[in-house]
Amino acid sequence: MEAIIPVIVASLCVYGLIKRVNIFESFVEGVKEGFETVRFIAPTMIALLVAVGTLRASGALDFIAELITPLADKIGFPPELVPMGLLRPVSGSGATAILTGIYEDCGPDSFVGRCASVVAGSTETTFYAVTMYYGAAGIKKIRHTLVSALLADLTAIAVSVVIVGLIFGP
Amino acid sequence: MSYIFGAMIALSFLYAVISGNLSQLSSGIPEAATSAVELLISISGMLCMWSGFMRIAKDCGLIDKLARLFAPILKRLYPDVAPESDAFRYISMNISANLLGLGNAATPLGLSAMRELRRINDSDTASDSMVTFVVMNTASIQLIPTTVAALRKSYGSQQPFDILLCVWMTSVTALAVGLISSRIITIFSGRRAWKR
Repeated sequence: MEAIIPVIVASLCVYGLIKRVNIFESFVEGVKEGFETVRFIAPTMIALLVAVGTLRASGALDFIAELITPLADKIGFPPELVPMGLLRPVSGSGATAILTGIYEDCGPDSFVGRCASVVAGSTETTFYAVTMYYGAAGIKKIRHTLVSALLADLTAIAVSVVIVGLIFGP
Repeated sequence: MSYIFGAMIALSFLYAVISGNLSQLSSGIPEAATSAVELLISISGMLCMWSGFMRIAKDCGLIDKLARLFAPILKRLYPDVAPESDAFRYISMNISANLLGLGNAATPLGLSAMRELRRINDSDTASDSMVTFVVMNTASIQLIPTTVAALRKSYGSQQPFDILLCVWMTSVTALAVGLISSRIITIFSGRRAWKR
């Protein structure tokens, strides 16, 4: 697994050179886009990180987690993941804020940290995508789109716990 | 969004008053802002690097290559879209761009795909193919989850990419559940795409 990134990066460059693509120019163009992305997400990210930071500092987040713990424990689900699962389909930056909170409390290489990472990496901001795509096509009746999309999100959360447990051990 | 934001702040304040955590809260709010900016700066390096490499992939024509690779699978998922139509081309290119993590490229392709799908089926009700397409776009199908890896790294992860396999398995399962449930609901509601 540790070789995968260098292999991708090196083979991309070699392939680009064979194809006579100006890879330096392309890379620079991509970096520009990357910066644009950061600039685009920064204001909402800062706002939501402040909100989550406030929740954490006041102790309210721990309190909510304590309320959920007995319920989550019954089905063997890590309670720290609950706020993440609730926020993920609604707000990407909000979920990222929760994710960093989990990293801070449990560490990125902990079981919960890994589960939360997998959830963040394998889901999208469902409501945003649904609104944007149907809005662009002028569709008013979206039938069962939201049901199926949210079912997929729910699956991702449940499956992440199982798969991380299988691969890394609980 | 305002309600979520407002509720989070108000709840924190109320809880701090009740539990006597006000002093932690007053130092915690500015700290949160500082660490938010630090975090953004620390992940932007990795994000820019990946956008750079993925841009090389795009300029090499890898999006079109991937699109051709997926055509046989996509034909089954979109039975009412002709494989040589513009709609099909946009759909496969959108999926390929998503796979490479090129959100900036994927979104406009996806919007074009939706407009083409609307032309095939002109009504304000979503067609089966539209539902399938939007569900595929709400499940993240990304080869390299760069943002998550950048975040993990900035919080001191030893191997930010060691979750790669888990992410792939989870997204494939989630996508399958989304698509299968959509197919089941379609069949139960008695509207099959190929009958229309």
